[in-house]
Amino acid sequence: MPEIPRAGPLAPAAASQPARASVRWSRIPGVAYTLAALCVVFALTSKGFLNPTNLANIGMQSTILLLLALPMTLIILTEGIDLSMGAVLTVASVVLAATVVKTGSPVLALGAALAIGAAFGFANGALTAWVAIPPFVVTLGTMGIAQGLALILTDAQSIVGMPESVTWWYGGFLAGIPVPLLVAVAAYLAMHALLYHTRFGTYVFALGGNPDALRLAGVRGDFYLVGVYALGGLMTGFAGLLLTARMSAGHPTAAIGLEFEAIAAVALGGTSFEKGNGWLFGTVLGVLTVGVLRNGLNLLGIPSAVQVAAIGVLVIGALWVDSLRTPG
Amino acid sequence: MSELVAGLPKHDWSGEFKAIGYRLLAVAAMCIALALVSDAFLTWNNVLNVLRQAALLFLLASGLTLVILTAGLDLSVGANVALSACLAGTVMKATGSPALGAALGLACGTLIGAVNGLLVTKARIPPFIATYGMLWVVHGVTYWYMAGSTVHGFPANFRALGSGYWLGIPIPVYLMFLFLAIGVLFAQRTTWGQEIYAVGANPVAARLSGVPIHRRLVLVYALSGAMAGLASLIFLARLNAAEGDIGESLTLPAIAAVLIGGTSLFGGIGTVGGTLVGALILTLVLNGMNLLALNPNSQPLVTGVIVILAVYLDMLTRKRTRS
Repeated sequence: MPEIPRAGPLAPAAASQPARASVRWSRIPGVAYTLAALCVVFALTSKGFLNPTNLANIGMQSTILLLLALPMTLIILTEGIDLSMGAVLTVASVVLAATVVKTGSPVLALGAALAIGAAFGFANGALTAWVAIPPFVVTLGTMGIAQGLALILTDAQSIVGMPESVTWWYGGFLAGIPVPLLVAVAAYLAMHALLYHTRFGTYVFALGGNPDALRLAGVRGDFYLVGVYALGGLMTGFAGLLLTARMSAGHPTAAIGLEFEAIAAVALGGTSFEKGNGWLFGTVLGVLTVGVLRNGLNLLGIPSAVQVAAIGVLVIGALWVDSLRTPG
Repeated sequence: MSELVAGLPKHDWSGEFKAIGYRLLAVAAMCIALALVSDAFLTWNNVLNVLRQAALLFLLASGLTLVILTAGLDLSVGANVALSACLAGTVMKATGSPALGAALGLACGTLIGAVNGLLVTKARIPPFIATYGMLWVVHGVTYWYMAGSTVHGFPANFRALGSGYWLGIPIPVYLMFLFLAIGVLFAQRTTWGQEIYAVGANPVAARLSGVPIHRRLVLVYALSGAMAGLASLIFLARLNAAEGDIGESLTLPAIAAVLIGGTSLFGGIGTVGGTLVGALILTLVLNGMNLLALNPNSQPLVTGVIVILAVYLDMLTRKRTRS
């Protein structure tokens, strides 16, 4: 829908620091209550849910989603979107699997996955920032490209036979803790530091909230915008390692559509699609909400496609409630 | 026309016709090139095949054109086709009545579109997020409804809708030209059509001119859904079977056809006729790949490249005409 200016003072000017703090506090309850309510419902309806093994499973299964949702938060903060992430994750996983099978070198394979992820991210950012094509069309196009590439590279077959050096990243332990959980914590801390404690992070908020101020301050916002998308691609490439490890294979349609769950997690976490308002830890809660919903419905024997539909209903509901709160 | 909606600027149709003219030249060039490289291209069967495929794509993309004219987007059309086709197919099987099945398929498509429109206007969710969410909701409902089963074997009079001929020309091709005429008349010769252009070109001016923006937006999303419902019937009649994942791969080509056809993503510029030419161009590309025995797995890749290129070229030409 075209943006229809509303009466009254225009919002963007007030969108940087103070708005960030107020959004943060008003949004905690929303996603936290949803998460708590889902946990209570599933604890009551299915026996296995509160089992420690199951809870650890939710965390592990959510790691791949978190690796996409964290950079997706940054992208959405710039008023952008990345619809290609699921397809890029798939192609990264396939490339990693193919390289490790051909060369036997997991390091080379990870390098290839990171390179292809970063290349797609860079292309998304460059077309958005420098050619000025709207990001949802750019990434819709690159989604098709990545999907086709994954099918061509594998000839629509799975690539199996992963060495332990790859599968360790999903099934292994370090100091008694599952590796994916450590990856998740490390990824969150790194992104938190980047977003809240560096100039890069400040510019990310400004790219969505007040790009004019950025330009007047003499900052080349376009470079940072490309950087945000490239970072997203890089993290998606790394997530390819965990995906391949989890399936012990590279499958050409493995993560098609996963970007929707990442966008859902960001939206549930309270990051707005307008004006650069958002909260990184909210995305963690959003990822957990999606993870708990999928896990609980899974325990109840509900098929995967219906689980995703439930996520869709939850997100549309959350955005609706959100729009009721803001006058328009 | 300007007296119908006082105060709205007159639309520049001559520019639109010129844009379609260039694209028709591209179609002609592609046809000549394909005829030169492949003997199979200029056979009657292949030409009918191209037209039949383009017809399905055009029907789906024509409704989408109206949505994109308002600077919106409908990512749910492919999922809409799947659910509408499955509903129509199962009802037809259960009751033996093609009319009832077809009516329910159309109603289902329209309803999904109307919900999209309400999410965009009443809930004020950005169109690509609202319709993207609906994509997955509809997808899940389809899987739940079908539970992995397939329906097939429909009455011959219904199948004719997709695979029948009249005077040697496939029925879908007649439907394509019928809906081209309806679409052009609606968009360019009615008040509602003008208002849709106005909403996309300048929503503030449109609102100040008294255009009921929300109602027109719900209308275009509902029409897009209705056309998806119609396309689903032709798809169903053609395949003579329906299962949960049919139609899913149609969304990207449909968006591509609209954008290749010269409709601007930023709203207010474009024509339904252009979308028909866009659908022809995309179908010719895919048909050419087929004839040259290129890997069919590369189709999404090629479509993705075409989407980005089409928007890029469109922005280039518009920049030039503006300056």
